[in-house]
Amino acid sequence: MGDKGTFWLPESGSTLSPGLDSLFYFTYWISVVIFVAVTVAVIVFAIKYRRRNDSDIPPIVHENKLLETAWIVVPTILVLIVFTWGFRSFLKLHSPPANAYEIQVTAKQWLWDYTYPNGKTSTGDLVVPVDRPVRLVMTSTDVLHSFFVPAFRVKQDVVPNRYSSVWFEATGQGEYHILCTEYCGTQHSGMLGSVIVQSAEDFDAWLQSGVEDMAPAEYGALLYTQQNCNVCHSVDGTRLVGPTLLGLFGRQTTFTDGTTAVADENYIMESIVNPMAKIVEGYPPGMPTIYSSFDSDQLNALVAFIKEQQ
Amino acid sequence: MSATQTVGTESGRSVSAPVNYLNHDKSIKGWLYTVDHKRIGLMYLATVSIAFLVAGLLALAVRTELFSQGRTIMDADTYNQFFSLHGIMMVFLFIIPSIPAALGNFVMPIQIGAKDVAFPRLNLASYYIFVIGGVLAVTGILVGQIDTGWTFYTPYSSRLGAPVLFLTSAVFIAGFSSILTGLNFIVTIHKMRAPGLTWNRLPLFVWSIYATSIVQVLATPVIGITMVLLFMEKALQIGIFDPALGGDPVLFQHFFWFYSHPAVYIMILPAFGIISDLIGTFSRHEVQGYKFVALSSVAIAFLGFLVWGHHMFVSGQSVVSSIIFSLLTYLIGIPTGVKVLNWVGTMYKGSISLQTPMLYALSFLILFTIGGLTGVMLGVLSVDVHLHDTYFVVAHFHYVMMGGTVIAALGGLHYWWPKMTGKMYNETNGRIAAVLIFIGFNVTFFTQFIMGSKGMPRRYYDYLPEFEIYHMISTIGSFLLAIGLFMAAGGLIASFWRGKKATSNPWKSLTLEWTHTTSPPDPHNFHHTPIVTRGPYDYHLAPEIFGEPGGDGAVVSAQPDTDPVQQ
Amino acid sequence: MSEAVATAEQIHGHDDHPAHLQHHFVTSDQQFEASKMGMWLFLITEILLFSGMFVAYTVYRVWHPEVFQGVSSLLDWRLGGLNTIVLLASSFTVAMSIHFAQKNNQKGLVINLVITLLCACIFLVVKYFEYTGKFSHGIFPGIAYHPHGDYAVYDIPYAGQFFSIYYIMTGIHGFHVLVGIGVFIWITIRAIKGDFTSAYYTPVELTGLYWHLVDIIWIFLFPLLYLI
Repeated sequence: MGDKGTFWLPESGSTLSPGLDSLFYFTYWISVVIFVAVTVAVIVFAIKYRRRNDSDIPPIVHENKLLETAWIVVPTILVLIVFTWGFRSFLKLHSPPANAYEIQVTAKQWLWDYTYPNGKTSTGDLVVPVDRPVRLVMTSTDVLHSFFVPAFRVKQDVVPNRYSSVWFEATGQGEYHILCTEYCGTQHSGMLGSVIVQSAEDFDAWLQSGVEDMAPAEYGALLYTQQNCNVCHSVDGTRLVGPTLLGLFGRQTTFTDGTTAVADENYIMESIVNPMAKIVEGYPPGMPTIYSSFDSDQLNALVAFIKEQQ
Repeated sequence: MSATQTVGTESGRSVSAPVNYLNHDKSIKGWLYTVDHKRIGLMYLATVSIAFLVAGLLALAVRTELFSQGRTIMDADTYNQFFSLHGIMMVFLFIIPSIPAALGNFVMPIQIGAKDVAFPRLNLASYYIFVIGGVLAVTGILVGQIDTGWTFYTPYSSRLGAPVLFLTSAVFIAGFSSILTGLNFIVTIHKMRAPGLTWNRLPLFVWSIYATSIVQVLATPVIGITMVLLFMEKALQIGIFDPALGGDPVLFQHFFWFYSHPAVYIMILPAFGIISDLIGTFSRHEVQGYKFVALSSVAIAFLGFLVWGHHMFVSGQSVVSSIIFSLLTYLIGIPTGVKVLNWVGTMYKGSISLQTPMLYALSFLILFTIGGLTGVMLGVLSVDVHLHDTYFVVAHFHYVMMGGTVIAALGGLHYWWPKMTGKMYNETNGRIAAVLIFIGFNVTFFTQFIMGSKGMPRRYYDYLPEFEIYHMISTIGSFLLAIGLFMAAGGLIASFWRGKKATSNPWKSLTLEWTHTTSPPDPHNFHHTPIVTRGPYDYHLAPEIFGEPGGDGAVVSAQPDTDPVQQ
Repeated sequence: MSEAVATAEQIHGHDDHPAHLQHHFVTSDQQFEASKMGMWLFLITEILLFSGMFVAYTVYRVWHPEVFQGVSSLLDWRLGGLNTIVLLASSFTVAMSIHFAQKNNQKGLVINLVITLLCACIFLVVKYFEYTGKFSHGIFPGIAYHPHGDYAVYDIPYAGQFFSIYYIMTGIHGFHVLVGIGVFIWITIRAIKGDFTSAYYTPVELTGLYWHLVDIIWIFLFPLLYLI
């Protein structure tokens, strides 16, 4: 970190900060100049033209057209410059790079939950790789919240029943505050977190670490909900779009082509990776093929999880 | 003719029993049932002062809690309720009615040479409707924990029970009072002006009240319907704003700000009017760019309806709408800035007297300039993303609302105090208080700019250690500010017993309330309808108007009795 | 009243004023113009009040057009149409009553006011049957919306929103009709007492303006809620 920020602004931690900071200071210095001019004029006039005699009748001052035009035109130009600049950087804030690393964020009273693409989750601390664009897709489960990282100069409201997003690219390793800036009740001021920016290697290691610590079946249970398996496959015997997972392992299964098989590890793995290979009788061939990208850890975990559903 | 005061010297009669609006009927009933706009104005003044006192004490409690990290004097829930009540009371029960309903009611009809507002009974009804709104609000507060902030954002507000029902109905009812007052004033200014008082001879205070009334009439119904929908949502679970019921919380924000941004102009436009009158009077100069100042207020009143979305840059509204709202915000900022330059220009080559009201006017110029410039910074789209919902915003609106409106109201109150009460306050005390308020205000709120841009979010009960030093300074400033306000109030109140008797025109001002009636005025304002032949700030005509130099401007007697105008 | 006030009032020369002229106005014309302008401003606020609801209606319609189209068929356009005719008729009679007031025709004034009053009552009676009919099928606003029996097929998401908006808009409109009935009773009594002449009929005129507004709002509500 080291960088403690300036008098007005906090430390700068993302690729967006420097641009915004120059815009901030540009507007700030224009404001200072105007403010000083007004204040000096007020003080000078108040002293120079003070009432010396109660019967003073000051002269009529005719309006100076040039001066009046100037003080309409000059501020208008300044304001348009500032607007255009602000508009361009605002677009940048709203245009995440296509290759951004995506993390799901769920806000609830009064904590932040993060889910990484591999299913790993964390609460409070958001771990991200340095020098890589990160896009957060956020929603709330209760009231409005707002995700604010002062060092990154980003902020976005988090709304229930909607997804909003924010992106940034951290430029230095370290720890930065996350604050909630939409009032959300008793512990609003306690709804804090940290962005922990790590080197790419450290981040990858961290991403895998928690997963390895977990028992396979436990990790499978996590994937089952995170990957939305639960939308089509129940674990309590209810018939949904696809067959229930309850008692699946070891079951004699009949397929649409008339063949039968006993559901073992290989059958389950094949059904996940290549769902169209065998279609269970009575069910539509509707399973998406997106799960073919699961790595062996994930497949093992899911198989272990399904084995437990007896 | 016993009803006149200053003609006494001509006719040789005693001045021991001059009739004025205060002493002609001293019974309680005479006050409670009065339809006299001057008495109604004073009743408003008393009521909003109580609201200001209570809300101000809440603010002090909030600042005290923030003095140090962690718990200082109260727990988080109490703190959340205190800042919510501070906001709700200040906005709905104090700032919105303060200048228009209190000072506007008293001054505006006299300034246009009318005997009363167009609908005096409606005026009294508005007052009582406002009181009912206030009582409901207090009931809501006593019933239970209102901790929604003054914005009532859904779905957080949807989860609370009865208290929110009370408060939404309170806001609805107080809004009705605001609509009726605005309606009354518009008609009054259109139809009740004295002969010769053309639109470009109107004092700028009247112009600003006119612009304010337009906003009140056009914007308040929208908050009315928003509150009805919120009420129904709570009572019948209809699902318009609450996502749990299938509604949309962002829609609520649109409705809310469609009213609440124009409401900012309800709060600040009358202040512009007071400042114009004060700077004109105490510089003895025609207000520069009179037409611009007058008409830009009306223009701002309309433009103010098109910028509500600048409160929602990070709420999830579309990027395109954010950009449009930002541009419109600048369009409205420029005329406001030009007004400030016009006021400064008015002082140029004037004859400036730094009496208490003028000190407030100069404070206003400085504080409002800061408030306005930081407003421009907040209007910059990408900078707002960083500053939104931080103390920077808190400081900005306090500079505009308190440094602007409240300071102007204090200036106006000191300026018209002799007219209202017939007593002069202690000038030394008034000046010291004005300076103290200026210093205390800056210590309190300037520090908030710094911590805000450094990332301190608003509505926080507790904060990170790096912000503690700013909070400490801010809290100390708030106590200075409170001392200043109590001194100012004390000076005004003490004038009832110790104040010198005020002449008709202690400031040698040129508007009708000073030149054509006594202090305090007759129950019917004027003995004869004034005929106006000049502008409100024609100070170059002062020798002709006031007679010999050094006279106190006792035009009431100097003016020959003109024919009562009864066309 | 103290003596001083009496003195002050003498200065204002009350003697030559007609009875209806309030002391702070100079002429009857000024008073009439002021009242009329006040009423127009009030009507503007009314329009804005309803426009807030129209905005809510539009937003939800744009989001869920198929739901709004589907469930609006639950409303009976014949009853709505009947009410439209009733209100239009009353708008005509109230205009006639102003006409008769200007002509100093006491009888015509009272008859037309009474017809208007009756129309307003018919409107509310029809509305009452519409509401109770809906309630009996479980068609309530918001989460209470649970149609049963033949209507169970209409138990779809966001249909509750449509009925929330329907009940609030027609409810607030109905409240305005109710207020109108109160005012018409008062005006009719004054008309019977002979308070209104061609020189002074401001209350009749203002009530008429108000009633036209109530009518116009219904003209917008009817197609938006019942027909499309």
